[in-house]
Amino acid sequence: MDSVMRSEGPRSEPDLVLAPPPPVRRILVEEEPTVVQPPAPGNGYVPLGGHGNGLTTQVRRREPSSAPKIERMRTEGVSIAYGEKLAVDEVTIPVRQGEVLALIGPSGCGKTTLLRSLNRLVEITPTATRGGTITLDGEDIDRMEVTELRRRVSMVFQQPNPFPMSVFDNIAYALREQGSRRPRKEALHEHVADALVRAGLWDEVGSTLDHPALRLSGGQQQRLCIARALAARPEVLLLDEPCSALDPRSTQVIEDLILKLRDEVAVVIVTHNMQQALRVADHVGFMYLGELVEYGPAEQVFGSPREERTREYVGGAFG
Amino acid sequence: MSAATSPLDSVRSWPLRDRLGYFAAWAAGMALIAIAAAILIYMGYRGAQYFNLGLLIESPSSSLNQAKSGGFRDPLIGTATLLVLSTLIAAPLGVTIAVWLTEYGRPAGLARAVESAIEVVAGTPSIVLAMFGLILFQEWFGFLTFDAEGAVLGRSFIAAASMMSLIALPLVVGATREALNSIPGHVREASYALGKTKAATIRRVLLPAARPGIGTGAALGMGRVAGDTAIVVVLLGATLQILNGGDGGVFGFFKGTGGTLTSYVYYNSPAGEGLAPEKAYFAAFVLLGVVILLNFVVARLARRREPAWIR
Repeated sequence: MDSVMRSEGPRSEPDLVLAPPPPVRRILVEEEPTVVQPPAPGNGYVPLGGHGNGLTTQVRRREPSSAPKIERMRTEGVSIAYGEKLAVDEVTIPVRQGEVLALIGPSGCGKTTLLRSLNRLVEITPTATRGGTITLDGEDIDRMEVTELRRRVSMVFQQPNPFPMSVFDNIAYALREQGSRRPRKEALHEHVADALVRAGLWDEVGSTLDHPALRLSGGQQQRLCIARALAARPEVLLLDEPCSALDPRSTQVIEDLILKLRDEVAVVIVTHNMQQALRVADHVGFMYLGELVEYGPAEQVFGSPREERTREYVGGAFG
Repeated sequence: MSAATSPLDSVRSWPLRDRLGYFAAWAAGMALIAIAAAILIYMGYRGAQYFNLGLLIESPSSSLNQAKSGGFRDPLIGTATLLVLSTLIAAPLGVTIAVWLTEYGRPAGLARAVESAIEVVAGTPSIVLAMFGLILFQEWFGFLTFDAEGAVLGRSFIAAASMMSLIALPLVVGATREALNSIPGHVREASYALGKTKAATIRRVLLPAARPGIGTGAALGMGRVAGDTAIVVVLLGATLQILNGGDGGVFGFFKGTGGTLTSYVYYNSPAGEGLAPEKAYFAAFVLLGVVILLNFVVARLARRREPAWIR
């Protein structure tokens, strides 16, 4: 089991930094099952994506990254409420470079809200309030300029949302200062190309940078959004169900990309697709009704969950 | 349904009430088409009958002798000037209001008040706007109007265009709001998530995306401006010729009075005093052409729809 390694500072605790589980106030059994169980397992393998479209083979178990694990972000007792309604309840979780953290759980469990708190995007909801602290490289994000924070913690959304401009300008927009048109194209070209290469899109759009981004296919649009998010060289990349609007092949391309990116940037992915979580995640946090019920290495959370609620959610999928 | 069944066959099986309603709706649609076609054909026929390109470049004069009463160069310039001036006022103002309403809109009470104000302006008859403008430009902004040897009449292109812009404004606001509202929220969030401010997001993402909508609103507004007569009569003087406002130069021109195609048509119609209905017909033909052209622009802009995101 890898341990949290900060380049400086004394913190080198192992994974189990969670507070002991709070007393169960809501009992899972009373709830209607909110999740469609994934297809029954055959021989211990799970169909890829579960779409049954001929592309599916079996889950490719990712190799753990050999890159050093560096803790980039940490939430400490973070609670978020929308008005009176508590969406995230006292969540403490580390976000490390060199691995992919997947947040799973049924709809409305607070995983997206937690994700959006990491770049303070949750603040644009007028009724949202937050408690607890979130740090980025040890610095409290509430003390940072929000525009600076969001350049360092970038985000990709559920639906591909390129801006209605050219492929080039989509990425240049991320690089330019507020609204400014400068620096000029030539100066930016290298950075734009670099971002497209890292997002695995250069071969497809490198010769047509001036084409409208909205003419690309859905999968290409989403990779463009990833390139846009990577352009300013962020430390953390947040992905909010990035494949849910895409076909299985685009999904596979993006999952491969995520695994490639985890060495240079800390990746957090919210997904409702447990196969996807198993395919890409090194660590998994299972959330239910706002609580972080279980957090640990993916194999452990899926293979031998400690919590009954986790078992019920992931149960059946993995034998 | 088999291929041999026509939609009418299924209508025949409807109850009588539904059939009557169906044919009433059908007849109303056909009647509208017939009226539109009648206008176009009649005006086209008259326009062709009195077709004379020379009228477009000849200044009018008030001679009773029709050979000497000239063409409608000045009213044409008047219409064009009003279109440009009022759009220059209405478009930026309307876009700003629409952006505020859709992207800020707080406090909510103020936003509702702004919405009501727009509805009031949209519902005010143009002759009332004209009377209001007359007071405004006589009492406070006389320096922007035609100077008749010391007498402030409150008439000028600036005065007319200002009130005309109020006709176009609600259309610009409406179309821009619609365009902005059709941009999914996650597109805004994507911009914020790149560390952009709201202002940068509006300027670089939202307004470019809303451009077809803004253009549609502006073109619709121009169509209304081109067709209005009341404001021209009250605030522009509805003179035959354009009169410079005194100082000479461009400002003097904008301070000057004049007429438009609409006032020219009225003047030369049997109801007016020009007594040259054939010129009125040709001017009306040209005016109709201008408005149809603007409608065509609207259709083109509307077809170039706002960018479509995957939802």
